[in-house]
Amino acid sequence: MAAKVKAKQQNAVAQGTTQNRIDAGLFPFLLILPAIIVIVLVIAFPLLYSLYVSFTPYELLRPNSLNFTLGKALRNYQKLLNDDVFWRSLWNTVIFLAITVNLSYLLSLALSQLLARVTVGQSILRTLLMVPMMFAPILVGMQFRWFFNANVGLVNNFLISVGLIQEQGQIAWLVDVPLGMISIIIASIWMNIPVLTIILLAGTLSLPAETFEAAEVDGASGWQKFRFITFPLLAPFSYIALTIMSLDIARAFDIVRIMTDGGPARRTEMLWTYITRLAIEDTKFGLGSAMAWITVSLSVLFTLYFFRQLVKARIVR
Amino acid sequence: MITRSVGPNRRRNDRIWNAVAWVVLLALALPAFWIIMTAFRPNSEINTFPPVWIPQRLTLEAYANMFGLNPEVQQRVAVEAYLRNSLLASGISTVVAVSLGTLAGYAFARFRFRFHTGLFLGIMLSRAVPGVALSLPLFLLFNRVGLTNNVLGLAFVYVAVNIPFTAWLMDGFFRQIPQELTESAYIDGCGHWSAFWRIELPLSLPGLSTAAIFAFLAAWNEFQIVSVLARNNAAKTFPPGLFAFTEQFTVDWRGMAAMSVIMMVPAVIFVILVQRNLVSGLTFGAVKG
Repeated sequence: MAAKVKAKQQNAVAQGTTQNRIDAGLFPFLLILPAIIVIVLVIAFPLLYSLYVSFTPYELLRPNSLNFTLGKALRNYQKLLNDDVFWRSLWNTVIFLAITVNLSYLLSLALSQLLARVTVGQSILRTLLMVPMMFAPILVGMQFRWFFNANVGLVNNFLISVGLIQEQGQIAWLVDVPLGMISIIIASIWMNIPVLTIILLAGTLSLPAETFEAAEVDGASGWQKFRFITFPLLAPFSYIALTIMSLDIARAFDIVRIMTDGGPARRTEMLWTYITRLAIEDTKFGLGSAMAWITVSLSVLFTLYFFRQLVKARIVR
Repeated sequence: MITRSVGPNRRRNDRIWNAVAWVVLLALALPAFWIIMTAFRPNSEINTFPPVWIPQRLTLEAYANMFGLNPEVQQRVAVEAYLRNSLLASGISTVVAVSLGTLAGYAFARFRFRFHTGLFLGIMLSRAVPGVALSLPLFLLFNRVGLTNNVLGLAFVYVAVNIPFTAWLMDGFFRQIPQELTESAYIDGCGHWSAFWRIELPLSLPGLSTAAIFAFLAAWNEFQIVSVLARNNAAKTFPPGLFAFTEQFTVDWRGMAAMSVIMMVPAVIFVILVQRNLVSGLTFGAVKG
């Protein structure tokens, strides 16, 4: 399997460098057109519409409020900038993303190096690795909400069983502020690990064996080989992994919504849950849309950043 | 100078690494096994303290309750409706998204044209839009045209959401097909379309199946948009359906676990089917631009 992946990758590299794309006039545009039409109808146009809505004081229960007045256009954005919960949800999201993305990546990197060395039961281990992929994000949320439940949750029950905490001293995982965040982060990392590890493992197995042999002859230690050979050569794979993760990161919304729903007292509120609260629960669509637009801009910038890194890493290779 | 570990030393190291890997991965998979097990245990074992770690008795009660085979259970969950809606929305959207995404991916993989990078980036970035942000305007617009609370409306949204990733994957798969075949087809007088349809598309079938499964699962698992667009069982799919097991202060964890197991079936099939194609599909398209 390892040899196969490797051969495929090398083959791929060889092809990629010699491949030339063909000129075919309008034909490629015709191929792309249907996809573009659907994306414009379902994503681009609705987003523009929500930009318009974000400039109005629209509330769902007051249909007449969907009107645009130039002087009041930025009122929703002003409201958000003066809203403590907005800043807290932005801050929480940034912290959440920073910790989740970095830890998911580091753990997956370690796990991929571990798996690359395994000699017994490779295929069973890979299947085990894919088990979290079978869970919808919402299931991940439900599952961890149950595990972290103060009264009937597995985590507390386990801690009591091994005598680390008393039966009266159950830890309120999802209610306490930093613990709530930690619980959400653990659940998200659990969900992210498989895809990241699979990509990094494929990358590791595709690296040229000769380089490692040469390094071993020179007496390089295991850590040195990782630091100066594996890690730099993995860069393109790292960025693919991070790009895919950044595209999917909003799936964490499902987890947050289920596990804490922004509570207690909006302390674990994140951008996604706060949008839902403003627009769906409080029916303030104008305000919610303004919030949504801030979120969309941040997501797109975040993804764009990883894409550019990906392009750069590709050139180096 | 040469400090290479050889012989018994290396073999001992291998054993340690193997053991560590097994322990780590079993721990990673453990939560999932717990959920699956919960679906088949009696309630008395689930909600007790101290917890019963090893199941003593297995039962299909949860499923009997779910499918209305237990006369004592009055209120039941509309699992048939969720199943129907999930299958319709995911099935229809997968067929359409994969068709359109494949065409687009082929164009990006094979042809040189203006705005190549810009269009590719634009399509990919549309994927970065969080579902919550999209759900608000879609709710308002779909309300006007009668597409809210409608499985077809939902499928339409999932088509758009799934096109970018499908295009990306297919772009990668098409690049793995040697170009010589297509070139000789051109020499034999094939047009662009028939070269695509007769030669490249059949060769990309393994990739196509991978992309299809990805699209299907993304729709199957989607929650943010359906939770805003679907009001009742006419359009609710499995993910919002899970909430049928929660009441204000209590949650029927076993019922939820039982439905989760049903929800997982397509994903399990996916892991079995595409384990191999997955890796090359995910990495290739992105490495070579």
